[in-house]
Amino acid sequence: MRVALFVACYNDLLYPQVGRAVVRLLRRLGQPVEFPPGQTCCGQMHFNTGYREACVPLVQGFVRVFAGYDAVVTPSSSCASMVRHYHATVAREAADAGTDPSLPARVAEVAPRVYELSEFLVDVLGVTDVGARFPHTVAFHPTCHSRRLLGVGDRPERLLAAVDGLTLVDMPHAETCCGFGGTFAVKNADTSVAMGLDKVADVLASGAEVLTASDTSCLMHIGGLLSRRGAPVRVMHMAEILAGPEDGG
Amino acid sequence: MTAPDRELQPLAPQPLAPPEPGARGRAGRPFEPIPTYAGTPPFPRAARAALADTRLRANLQRATATIRAKRARAVAERDDWEALRLAGAAIKNEVLHDLPALLVQLERAVTDAGGTVHWARDAAEANAIVTRIVREHGATEVVKVKSMATEEIELNEALAEAGIAAWETDLAELIVQLGHDLPSHILVPAIHRNRAEIREIFRREMALAGRPAPDDLSDEPRELAEAARLHLREKFLRARVAVSGANFAIAETGTIAVVESEGNGRMCLTLPEVLITVMGIEKLLPRWQDLEVFLQLLPRSATAERMNPYTSMWTGVTPGDGPQAFHLVLLDNGRSDVLSDPVGRQALRCIRCSACLNVCPVYERVGGRAYGSVYPGPIGAILTPQLRGIVRHPVDAQTASLPYASSLCGACFEVCPVRIDIPGVLVHLRAQVVRQHPMGPHVPEPDELVLGVASWVMERPRRLSIAERAAGLAGRVVARRGGRIGALRGPWPVSAWFGERDLPAPARESFRAWWRRVGRGGAGSTPSGQERSRQGRAPEDAP
Repeated sequence: MRVALFVACYNDLLYPQVGRAVVRLLRRLGQPVEFPPGQTCCGQMHFNTGYREACVPLVQGFVRVFAGYDAVVTPSSSCASMVRHYHATVAREAADAGTDPSLPARVAEVAPRVYELSEFLVDVLGVTDVGARFPHTVAFHPTCHSRRLLGVGDRPERLLAAVDGLTLVDMPHAETCCGFGGTFAVKNADTSVAMGLDKVADVLASGAEVLTASDTSCLMHIGGLLSRRGAPVRVMHMAEILAGPEDGG
Repeated sequence: MTAPDRELQPLAPQPLAPPEPGARGRAGRPFEPIPTYAGTPPFPRAARAALADTRLRANLQRATATIRAKRARAVAERDDWEALRLAGAAIKNEVLHDLPALLVQLERAVTDAGGTVHWARDAAEANAIVTRIVREHGATEVVKVKSMATEEIELNEALAEAGIAAWETDLAELIVQLGHDLPSHILVPAIHRNRAEIREIFRREMALAGRPAPDDLSDEPRELAEAARLHLREKFLRARVAVSGANFAIAETGTIAVVESEGNGRMCLTLPEVLITVMGIEKLLPRWQDLEVFLQLLPRSATAERMNPYTSMWTGVTPGDGPQAFHLVLLDNGRSDVLSDPVGRQALRCIRCSACLNVCPVYERVGGRAYGSVYPGPIGAILTPQLRGIVRHPVDAQTASLPYASSLCGACFEVCPVRIDIPGVLVHLRAQVVRQHPMGPHVPEPDELVLGVASWVMERPRRLSIAERAAGLAGRVVARRGGRIGALRGPWPVSAWFGERDLPAPARESFRAWWRRVGRGGAGSTPSGQERSRQGRAPEDAP
């Protein structure tokens, strides 16, 4: 099985440790993974803000870079949902406009093979115990796009529950949006922060040492609020917990 | 609302009857100006003001949390809930598909049953029709059943201008009206008020509008309801004309249905001599049998009840029983525009249950009035811009801000009884907002500028690689101890993010740089030679 990593642009720049964790984890599970360097961005930020035409070259690039792989795994449920749900919309509009008549077919080829990390581990590799150890109390934030758009269900929790030493604690209002919302975070910053601060209160109420999720983007927002307030809670992508610590290199 | 773009249809001239001596307008004062949503600033600014109101936030949080939990329980009782939602969506899609024919069928059935049907293209026409009918019957006041359509067209204001007092009889609408206030929720218009505030409003205002509240009125719900009941009773018994909306209209029979909880609607629909119903044209159902689906979906979604306490249905006029004149005003007011958009039209499936408001994390924090429309919350964010004509022409800044008033979390879609994909329509409308930016050279919007640069960078991996190196350097200049960037001033979006949030400094080595250096060689574990050769075939940097 030829597997590619789609790292997601903000992980690439701000959280490279998340991409390294996915590589480490998959290799430990015996699954080779490639990083096609032609990849950039799924276009979600543009699409969700209304700049649809700007998405066309990004979708074209995505299908060009990831064509031919059996699976594309990404540590971002939000990007996975953009690809699986909305790349077809961008492609149809490009075809209707006469810009790229065959784009819908190329998208239909690639998009269904894109998996969020927990989907890939549980559904494709068939593992829930990835052999990790993490002796800490952890709260899990079920991100909106993972739950409602992708429908990952309880796959992330099952993976976390199988981690040796990890105590998964309940968080009040866990299913409520943290308020990140992509450009919503800066276009409606006051509302976004108000939602985020309520989430911060829930994180603190959970008593967890670590907050984790399948999207670094939500964690960037919650973590940014926690950090500004000096709160002693670490945010980590689920991949970092499942992969275990880096040994140099 | 945007100004109607058509001339008002000429109507038979009516003598302007002066209000009867002692007739009083809304809340008893002779037709003082009624508040409207006009002048609401764009959503981010309106939201900022609302967020600062701690009492509003506490009231909303308590109320929405309660109703959310109740709704979840009511829906969980039905193991066929998903099938009901699918059926509800399918029936409404059928209505939208066959709307012209169904409307004509409804008109014929209502007329055959002794009613009169009027067609109104916009708010001005509808208001003129209602005003004319009220005057023809020589009335100077009307009692009103809670109705979103009449709020949408600002009927009370139009009637006040004509010297006709419109009395709201729904408890929450009464609180809003007596408080010279604006509704902030579709189903619970006074959700922003707590019991103590309601007591104050009743004590202060009821005497000016009719029967006063008792001097020793407490803030016990039972006492508040009793005060309202007595205050309204004299209006029910006196009024000769009632105005209602409609929850459903059955095309095959001409039957109109109103569902409610308090019985005030039943009083208005049965006691007066004349009944005027203003109904959005999308409220149709093809068949009587379709009520089976909607009378299950609506109460559980709206009030978390298995069945609402009062379901009133009437077909035209029944001699000797109830109103002896029935007028049905079919209101377009932008709905045909909404119908013309294949993606946006699903908003017309809405049955005004408010479930989307109650689960919306944005609505819960800012309340309804920040949306600047009678339709707040997620459904308002997709309905208001469309009713205001976004599909046909550029809209004002406040309207254009509404599709962005959402984090796209999807909770609304999850609860919608007719499966309106609200997040999908929101991003669709955002694209319409963007397309309405002036073409050609112009001063770009800030987000246009930022996203424009981003897409230029993202189109080429090499540009991204260079941008990452530059960001890494810049990040280290502003980063504090621990590699985090703290409070930072600057132009939007820098200020918007860093006002309250930190950000990790861009990595010294991006993922792609790490991969180039060691990753493909397999840091921590060595990839097979086979994998290496595969990587050789992987697409390289695009030109």
